[in-house]
Amino acid sequence: MKKLTFKGGIHPKYCKNLSKVKPLREAPLPHVAIVPLSQHIGAPNKAVVNKADEVEEGQIIGKNDSFVSSPVHSPVSGKVLDIKEAFHPTLGMTSSVFIERSENISSKQYSFTQRNIEEVSCRELVSEIKNAGIVGMGGAAFPTHVKLSVPDGKKIKTLIINGAECEPYLTCDNVLMVQKTKEIWEGIKVLDRILHPKKIYIAIEDNKKDAYLAFQKIFEGASGEIMTRTKMVLLKTKYPQGGEKQLIKATSGKEVPPAALPIDIGFLVQNVGTAYAVYEAVYCDKPLIERVVTLSGDCLDNPGNYLLKVGLTIKEIIEKGIISLKEEPKKIIVGGPMMGTSQIGTEFSILKNTSGVLFLSERSARIYEEDVCIKCAKCVDACPVDLTPTEIAKNVKKGYWDKVEEQYVSDCMECGACAYICPARIPLVQYIKEGKLAVSKKKKI
Amino acid sequence: MNTKKLTINVSPHVLSPVDSRSMMKDVIKALIPALAAALYFFRLAALGVIVSSVAGCLVAEYALQKWRGKKIRINDLSALLTGILLAMVLPPALPVWMAFLGGVFAISLGKEIFGGVGHNIFNPALLARAFLMAAFPVALTTWVKPITLDAVTTATPLGLEKFDHIITSPVTLFFGKIGGSLGETSAVALILGGIYLLLKKVIDYRIPAAYMGTVILFSLIAREIAPDKFAPPMFHLLAGGLLIGAIFMATDPVTSPVTAKGRWIFGAGCGLITMIIRTWGGLPEGVMYSILLMNALTPIVNKMSRPKRFGVRKRKK
Repeated sequence: MKKLTFKGGIHPKYCKNLSKVKPLREAPLPHVAIVPLSQHIGAPNKAVVNKADEVEEGQIIGKNDSFVSSPVHSPVSGKVLDIKEAFHPTLGMTSSVFIERSENISSKQYSFTQRNIEEVSCRELVSEIKNAGIVGMGGAAFPTHVKLSVPDGKKIKTLIINGAECEPYLTCDNVLMVQKTKEIWEGIKVLDRILHPKKIYIAIEDNKKDAYLAFQKIFEGASGEIMTRTKMVLLKTKYPQGGEKQLIKATSGKEVPPAALPIDIGFLVQNVGTAYAVYEAVYCDKPLIERVVTLSGDCLDNPGNYLLKVGLTIKEIIEKGIISLKEEPKKIIVGGPMMGTSQIGTEFSILKNTSGVLFLSERSARIYEEDVCIKCAKCVDACPVDLTPTEIAKNVKKGYWDKVEEQYVSDCMECGACAYICPARIPLVQYIKEGKLAVSKKKKI
Repeated sequence: MNTKKLTINVSPHVLSPVDSRSMMKDVIKALIPALAAALYFFRLAALGVIVSSVAGCLVAEYALQKWRGKKIRINDLSALLTGILLAMVLPPALPVWMAFLGGVFAISLGKEIFGGVGHNIFNPALLARAFLMAAFPVALTTWVKPITLDAVTTATPLGLEKFDHIITSPVTLFFGKIGGSLGETSAVALILGGIYLLLKKVIDYRIPAAYMGTVILFSLIAREIAPDKFAPPMFHLLAGGLLIGAIFMATDPVTSPVTAKGRWIFGAGCGLITMIIRTWGGLPEGVMYSILLMNALTPIVNKMSRPKRFGVRKRKK
């Protein structure tokens, strides 16, 4: 079978075997859950509970009436200890709800209820997804119901289900695809009901053959109209294969124009984790209060994929012995090692879009001094959006913001392929971020 | 857990194991077959040239960096590589002091004066050869016979072709045993090195492909027009400094374009200039000048060949 891919990219050491083979593990419930009020891109939520309130598991604790927002639910039943600033892994200090779990209330069971979604209106399905607080679980955390509300005059022709999981170390989508294949497929059918695209692609990298085969197995003998529109796509293992624009390029050959969205050329990409959350919301009436997280890295004794409650802190994960450290980590990273964020401590929570938390030693999180560019052009060859990172970095250093803008710095998605491959260890992403900021400031003036 | 030890920086948090030094090391490794061939064919004379050229480079690098109060970068292996590359394009009978002087020139006026590694415009080894050629034209064109090291009698295959219309057989060119610079003797040794560099992804295929492709195309067309006046493509490919130029010199990252399209243009330009000099020039060989001239054009080529913006369709004509 032909493996599809995009131009550029890199082949980092994937380290997925650390956590890949392990089955999904359940973890103890948090003692005190710290739930940031806003866990999405869009209008920030306001708390709808007060200090000392009793809350129930699944109860909405923060929301905003604006369309581009997503409510946050209590992951446990208990008492609101406080609503105050707490550490958010990417935003710094943000308003969060501290909930102490009451030991005598057992956690809710969400069971599957058969229903015929063909009889439910699209609008109702979208609103169920909204009320469940579902956001893009691949990392961006953009509210899913917004993505699914296609504006008038636009039409989704192709729905791509993103199972690429191209970041090293992360295997949460992989285990989900293997162990919850049917559920994801039901979630995809809900998305299909809402969008009725002409084609559905389920795109998986070839280092996750088990996931690919799992889907193939449930498709064997399956019939129906949807099967005529659904196709499995095997992608070459290459980073950043799972980037939205790269995925569209690989599967269809089409390029999303700069500053445009996939929807502008008739595409919509949804992560497999999001499809699973949609299934749980629509069929089990379960809000997004827990997710699969890869806990990995060479400092861990027991890396694996865990089903964790949103709001559970890494500190508690370590204290409870869910994971044990065999050596002091040099870096703790939320997300994958290519685009994730390094942390200053362990007092941060698992969020809706936390795909992994990595504990890396000095050996694997290699820290180097910046050297001189030898113009080897490896960054140019690796850039998946055809930029010239070395020249952008050079112009940023000199403060030539006009040139930086002319070199389309705004097209960069900060995938980090250039900085990974740079033999002179130039922190290209850092320079590009600086360039983007300066260019956007200049535009405002 | 001691969280004070945690490091914070911008992503990515993992890096490729290949760094600048390891790339230099790979190029040096790729030169081993050619070095061995040079030592086999030219014995002690070759050793003298290699050692003195490398010594010139290292001494100049150390002295200049010490003098300017900069970090001593000898450890990055770039000066060592320049020294070896320079030796490869010098005649084996060259007096050792000239080779040493060439090394000093390569590093001082070829590299350090521009601000050190990464900043030079011209390939330092070729610039030094151009200097030696201008300063000591006789010594730079005195060739010896392989193994016996008899002086004067032997011209290079390109010289034989140009002035006497004698074509050396491709088989002889392939394995060596011909007059010429240290690195011009054995084509097979250079090709082995080239394959290694391509496999290790130290060099990109575009420059050598465009370079050799242009040379082949040019000589095919020339043969078509006047078959008895021009040498066959295989001869042009294997003789002289073409292989060492296309594989090791034109691919020098610092002095060649960074864009993919630019590398095609650069290689094709080198090929064209080489063939123009070989065909109509006063000199038998044109590889050195072709690469130096294209080095000078690299900034313009870079500017002209920016990649198309992702997601913007080509304008329909």
